[in-house]
Amino acid sequence: MMPASVRTEFLWRGLRITISALLVVFLVAPMLIVVVISFSSAQFLMFPPPSFSLQWYRKLFGDPAWIDSLTASIEIVVPTGILAMVLGTAAALGLARSEIPGKKIITGLLMAPIVVPVIIIAAAIFGAFRIWNLNGSLLGFILAHTVLTVPYVVSTVLASLQMVDERYENAALTLGAPPWAVFRRIVFPLILPGVLSGLLFAMVISFDELVVSLFIGSPTFRPVTVQMWSDVLGDVDPTIAAVGTLLFLFSLLVLLLEALMRHAGMSSPLMGQS
Amino acid sequence: MSDAILELRDVRKIYGSVTAVDGVSVALSSGEFLSFLGPSGSGKTTTLAMIAGLVEPTAGDILLKGQPLNPLPPYRRNIGVVFQNYALFPHMTVAKNIAFPLEMRRVAGAEIEQRVARVLSLVGLADFGARLPSQLSGGQQQRVALARAMVFEPPLLLMDEPLGALDKKLREQMQLEIKQLHRNMGMSIIYVTHDQEEALTMSDRIAVFNNGRIEQIGTPADLYEHPQTRFVANFIGETNLFAGMVSEVAEGYCKINGNGLELRARNGGSIKKGQKAFVAVRPERTMLCEPGRAVAPGENRMTGEVSETVYLGRSRKYVVRAGGADVTVVQQIGSRLDTAFSIGDPVAVHWKIEDATAVSDSAI
Repeated sequence: MMPASVRTEFLWRGLRITISALLVVFLVAPMLIVVVISFSSAQFLMFPPPSFSLQWYRKLFGDPAWIDSLTASIEIVVPTGILAMVLGTAAALGLARSEIPGKKIITGLLMAPIVVPVIIIAAAIFGAFRIWNLNGSLLGFILAHTVLTVPYVVSTVLASLQMVDERYENAALTLGAPPWAVFRRIVFPLILPGVLSGLLFAMVISFDELVVSLFIGSPTFRPVTVQMWSDVLGDVDPTIAAVGTLLFLFSLLVLLLEALMRHAGMSSPLMGQS
Repeated sequence: MSDAILELRDVRKIYGSVTAVDGVSVALSSGEFLSFLGPSGSGKTTTLAMIAGLVEPTAGDILLKGQPLNPLPPYRRNIGVVFQNYALFPHMTVAKNIAFPLEMRRVAGAEIEQRVARVLSLVGLADFGARLPSQLSGGQQQRVALARAMVFEPPLLLMDEPLGALDKKLREQMQLEIKQLHRNMGMSIIYVTHDQEEALTMSDRIAVFNNGRIEQIGTPADLYEHPQTRFVANFIGETNLFAGMVSEVAEGYCKINGNGLELRARNGGSIKKGQKAFVAVRPERTMLCEPGRAVAPGENRMTGEVSETVYLGRSRKYVVRAGGADVTVVQQIGSRLDTAFSIGDPVAVHWKIEDATAVSDSAI
């Protein structure tokens, strides 16, 4: 016989585990279903698939529309990530270390793309780009995505700058290091993990971006998300699941890399040593 | 001073409406160990930061070997600084930390190695070059910070409360080590501290800071024996203070009346007749006797009652309620004058005129 208190404890434990498990299923199941469907042998979206094949991946990589849009996405993501990293790091340094007036307002403006509804930003960018004739161009995409991703870099770099004691910089100055050397030898190695996570976040956000891309894309230049959108609107076949799986894998890989890097950066402060 | 290595001329720092440093002038001789002593917020660290170039003075000149420092950025001043919490670069090994100032001066690689090894053995950390700062104890980090600030052989070393984070025993050991390094290397050092004992032990001279000014500057013995202001008398060592008005200024001494007492004391500074002043006397310079007993002619004397006695081993401390104040008296045990008194005993407190100093309220 179990005492009543132990039994209720047991019951609660069971309930906690069940709820947690249900939550995980709720969050993960849709993604897993997409992954499974992408390997389906059926001709349309159905779950569970009757049997497995690689036909949709074959179709995906054989279709110039998908290849072009995947290429476009990569052409956008890489420069966007680098540009956002450089600009975001510079902005974070300026905000954290200088005595410029209106710091709070500038920070707010930089963070605005996260807070303001994307549709508004999309419309605004579309309007501006019409004047500058940037709609449908690679440069336009890079600029628009940079605006959207800079806040992520700013916040990760600001967070890591908070861990860098200003005394390190003062010490380096008194030891004979001019400001540029202080940055290169002291500050940058210490904030590098933050800078790199900012870069990875920026790349994931840019790769996943749809709304702004819908506005500024053109039939001849569109990233993979826009291609997916128009594909879904037409006749749906499991190719979309294959693309979804690829995107999912990319994000998963980047997040994994970021976590690994964070871990390494914490356990070994040597990682940034020159 | 002709051999002054560093000279501050009426240096000020004003932050908005707050005056942090209010006209500091001081000269440091070559090879001298000068302490900036004062409570927190007295302007000593800000003054140090201005010498290092990390804070820009609002007014005044700073000269190193006669050359004005004001236009030079910190990285061109060639002054070593040891920071309060060491500020060792966490991502560099001990050897890399110490090599940093040499690399910035483009010293050749082989020579860097030599000099780092030499300075590491000088601070007793010869085998620690490959460690990271986080793998060292507080005392070891302190030594590395010292080595890093010395390795480029700066003509002047600034230290900002360098021992503040260490426990008492380690502090005392490091005080001796720093003192030894100072003697052996012949460096000129400015040492900021709020610990009067530390300043007394280590310094050739002490500048006592209060409210952004130097209240008094002198050798430790000078400050202890001849304080010029109430603040200095109070801040350095324990002291008894009696307030009053100056009624007479004579050759060698002055007379101060207050609280129904007439006390005579050496003139500490520029005490003038009619001003408010304090008689300061150290507890160990006062003596106790039975109230009936006669004291030497001319001695200051007041009667009162013992309100507290503390046995300190080599001495005994009494608190005597006398002349409207609590007077602290310290008597050597076993000395000729030693008589044990108990709480409630009526006593007379007396001291020689030359053992008391008349001081003013604050520096002019």
